[in-house]
Amino acid sequence: MSEAGNSDLFSKFDELIAMREVLLAGGREDPFSLVMEKVLSPTQAICNGRDTILLGTYNYMGMTFDDDVIAAGKQAYDEFGAGTTGSRVLNGTFFHHRDVEEALKEFYAMDHAMVFSTGYQANLGIISTIAGKGDYIVLDIDSHASIWDGCAMGKAEVVPFKHNDIEAMDKRLGRIPEGAGKLVVLEGVYSMLGDIAPLAEMVAVAKKHGAMVLVDEAHSMGFIGEHGRGVCEAAGVIDDVDFIIGTFSKSVGTVGGFCVSNHPKFEVMRLVCRPYVFTAALPPAVMASSAKSIRKLMHNGNKRAHLWENSRTLHAGLRGLGFELGTGEPQSAIIAVVMPDLERGAAMWEALLKEGLYVNLARPPATPANMTLLRCSLCAEHTSEQVQTILGMFERAGKAMGII
Amino acid sequence: MDRADVDTRIRSLIEPFNKKGVAITDATTFANDLEFDSLTVMDFVAEIEDAFDVIISMNQQAEIENYGQLVDAVHKLQAD
Repeated sequence: MSEAGNSDLFSKFDELIAMREVLLAGGREDPFSLVMEKVLSPTQAICNGRDTILLGTYNYMGMTFDDDVIAAGKQAYDEFGAGTTGSRVLNGTFFHHRDVEEALKEFYAMDHAMVFSTGYQANLGIISTIAGKGDYIVLDIDSHASIWDGCAMGKAEVVPFKHNDIEAMDKRLGRIPEGAGKLVVLEGVYSMLGDIAPLAEMVAVAKKHGAMVLVDEAHSMGFIGEHGRGVCEAAGVIDDVDFIIGTFSKSVGTVGGFCVSNHPKFEVMRLVCRPYVFTAALPPAVMASSAKSIRKLMHNGNKRAHLWENSRTLHAGLRGLGFELGTGEPQSAIIAVVMPDLERGAAMWEALLKEGLYVNLARPPATPANMTLLRCSLCAEHTSEQVQTILGMFERAGKAMGII
Repeated sequence: MDRADVDTRIRSLIEPFNKKGVAITDATTFANDLEFDSLTVMDFVAEIEDAFDVIISMNQQAEIENYGQLVDAVHKLQAD
């Protein structure tokens, strides 16, 4: 610091910079700057020069390389150009933006659908716009960053409760002053451990207290619930959910976020929701690919069954090898392998990468209970043989690192 | 319940969270003196909310840095 009192605003990051340096000392590969030099299929890529099986991409249904999805995008590129150069409310709504919203209304059988440029913006925009100063948001403590940021932006009173704790949620809702607006925010699948929420009970409790309910179903679209509408459909409470938030960057295989709702006044959101208004609309090719993908996801029984089979095989196999897992049984397409600490987690991550396997390394503060996790997300396009190969890689790396 | 009663009650609630047995005064801070991380804060706040049947929202928590401020806030909340 100089005598004039100039300070470096970056000094607040010194601890993180030091932690990274320790992690990378000794020539370890950086878990947070992996480059995919070539992507061969939804399940294979060349990463840092190696042929790699992808087990950490959330590409649940493998739609990124679907022929029809790619063809729809190419056609839109040719006919509508590379980008929109504008907001949805000005010059940025093309035929395909409307079409993808129609596809979402068909998929969810709901009256309204609104597409955002990312899933992050969908949570940020909807939550911050509907719950403002003086309103109360009651939410699970393990909620995604986009939900927390939406809460902070809207200036509502934020009241978290212990993860998946129905009684704690009930008590907090009961203490909200009479007459205040109430929003309950839940997720269908929590992406860190891959566990699901007890939505039948939680949505009933929320309704008992007269709260509106928003459920983020980002990690369930396409393969949970009879029509793939998510955990709230599987739990039989989708009609009591006021807003479903979702994303195109997982099962749909593109990029973008959305909210669907039956609220009669929902369309006003297009005028008042700042993360929707003050950003450019997605390129027409992305919208055309997304619309095609969503409609194909409505008819995918075999792929769905194979995805669940993969999830069960990997879960049972890893458990059999002696790994500690985030859930007692497979509840979604995410299997989280619990590491003893960050250092050994990073070493295991690197050993797997050298075996030719990419998984997500998740560390505090993004993780619950300060855990270090190797998060595996399965794809319907993983073959049964690939899942066995993956188990062999985990066995070798786990033994070499002394984790099993 | 007057402020002294609230203080007594919170003092007993904080005990299991005060792992290092720090001597608690009104000036004792949660982040620095007691070294509470975010998970401990959540559990501790839940205990207080249940004991006094109040809500301490995250917005209010952001304003509470030391023990004395917490006692004041809970005293005010349960009186309302």
